[in-house]
Amino acid sequence: MLKVNNLKVNYGMIEAIKDVSFEINQGEIIALIGANGAGKTTIMHAISGLIKPVSGSIMLNGQDITKIQAHEIVRKHLIQVPERRRVFASQSVEENLQLGAFTRKDKVEIAKDMEMVYARFPRLKERYKQLAGTLSGGEQQMLAMGRALMSKPEILILDEPSMGLAPLLVAEIFSIIKDINKSGTTVLLVEQNAKMALKIADRAYVLETGNIVVTGTGEELINSDEIKKAYLGG
Amino acid sequence: MKKFKLKKIDNKKKTFLYIFMIVVIYAIVMALTSAGIINRYYNGILITVCINLILVVSLNLTTGYLGQLTLGHAGFMAIGAYAAAYFSKTFMTIPQPFSFIIALLIGGVMAMIAGLIIGVPALRLKGDYLAIITLGFGEVIKTILLSMAIIGGAKGYIGIPRVTTFTSAYVFVIITIVFVCLLIKSRHGRAIISISEDEIASEASGINIVKYKIMAFAFAAFFAGIAGGIYAHYMGIIEPKTFGFNKSIEILVMVVLGGMGSINGAVIATIAITILPEMLRSLSQYRTLMYAVTLIGVMLYKYDPRVQVLMCKAKMFCAKINPFKRKEAK
Repeated sequence: MLKVNNLKVNYGMIEAIKDVSFEINQGEIIALIGANGAGKTTIMHAISGLIKPVSGSIMLNGQDITKIQAHEIVRKHLIQVPERRRVFASQSVEENLQLGAFTRKDKVEIAKDMEMVYARFPRLKERYKQLAGTLSGGEQQMLAMGRALMSKPEILILDEPSMGLAPLLVAEIFSIIKDINKSGTTVLLVEQNAKMALKIADRAYVLETGNIVVTGTGEELINSDEIKKAYLGG
Repeated sequence: MKKFKLKKIDNKKKTFLYIFMIVVIYAIVMALTSAGIINRYYNGILITVCINLILVVSLNLTTGYLGQLTLGHAGFMAIGAYAAAYFSKTFMTIPQPFSFIIALLIGGVMAMIAGLIIGVPALRLKGDYLAIITLGFGEVIKTILLSMAIIGGAKGYIGIPRVTTFTSAYVFVIITIVFVCLLIKSRHGRAIISISEDEIASEASGINIVKYKIMAFAFAAFFAGIAGGIYAHYMGIIEPKTFGFNKSIEILVMVVLGGMGSINGAVIATIAITILPEMLRSLSQYRTLMYAVTLIGVMLYKYDPRVQVLMCKAKMFCAKINPFKRKEAK
């Protein structure tokens, strides 16, 4: 479904991503894990069009989207939930969700999806009039995910959904991610919290300073000694 | 569902209240003018207030809602002023109200074109860099106008028909405010506000950042051009130096003082700042000093909790005596 071939991204003189290739099939949860500065977010941004790679290509359903602008990629139902949530703080929960449906015109369908998001995140429904900036971290993460769902994603890219959340909330967020995947959305998950990510992932890629070093199914990786040492802390 | 219905009625009443206020303010000014209380001096201040209102509300679109600091608004005003004046002087034969309206529109469109030309490269920059490039743009416009002999150069452009009246200026203020309000409440407006909050999240939601930035910038320039046209036809003579950096800053001060991204605030701040120097005339040489001190005071105490409490109380009092208050549904 999504195929990344020999991706290379530079920040000025610095090579952030050296030569990365991976593939996501329909219906999978793929985890991209790695330590700080491994280049996870850079890959995310390259896929969703926020930065342009030096070379390599990104194919979505057989179509090259490497040179397409970020807001156009959203129309192709490849949606990113950015790192640190980035909700629109001075707008209400409902307005945030409406902005998620910015690319869509059909009001009836949008209203239906709004109900769907509220059903998935009852906490958001309770607070639909509240300003997004006043929500707690976990609620903001839910809002960011709800906003992404409003644009009808076929592939949902989640950048560090566990960042800055309490362990209990992390578990909740991850079970929601699993639910979203079960209802037919392909998920690309970028995580520092390797343990949690590997638990729900079908397959995973481990990234180290701009290169993919290990790949395998979630189960394989969670049990491999290499990963245990490097990322899970022994 | 019920909630939505109530909200709609509320909005209707609000609209009615605004229309009522617009008519009442106009009626009062007209009555006072015919009674002779508003003389030519006061009339001049009122028209200046109107011109500043158009400038401030339009700059609020870029600086307040879009969140991009621009320092060249007077440049767009200058283009509008000169373009409108040039049209009026060249086509003297067209009967009056039409000629004036066409002149203003031409001024607005010319400023808008300039806005597009400067906006496309400038809006790739952010923050201080955008501020500097727009500041430079304002100065470039001023210098070009100074060197063009055909429109008077440094001597100023004279003999522009003085057709601006309070009525015409007032009408354009209302048009500007209504347009900006409608734009902000629309889908496009939501996009503009979102860009000011978070560009990455906006783009991730499918908002075309470049398009909306340029759109807001061009509309702001258009209304600045209209304000320039009104100014030219009020003064009868325009000079490039009027539209310098100081004018841009003056407009920006009003936007910031009124609260960025607030139309009501911008209107109140504009009226206050335009009238203030006139009221301080009795202090003669201390005038500018008092003006500055007042500005600093307002900025310092605007967010003071005590002042906020006072403002809240005032708001509640206004709500209490509001004759259009909707009855609580049971």
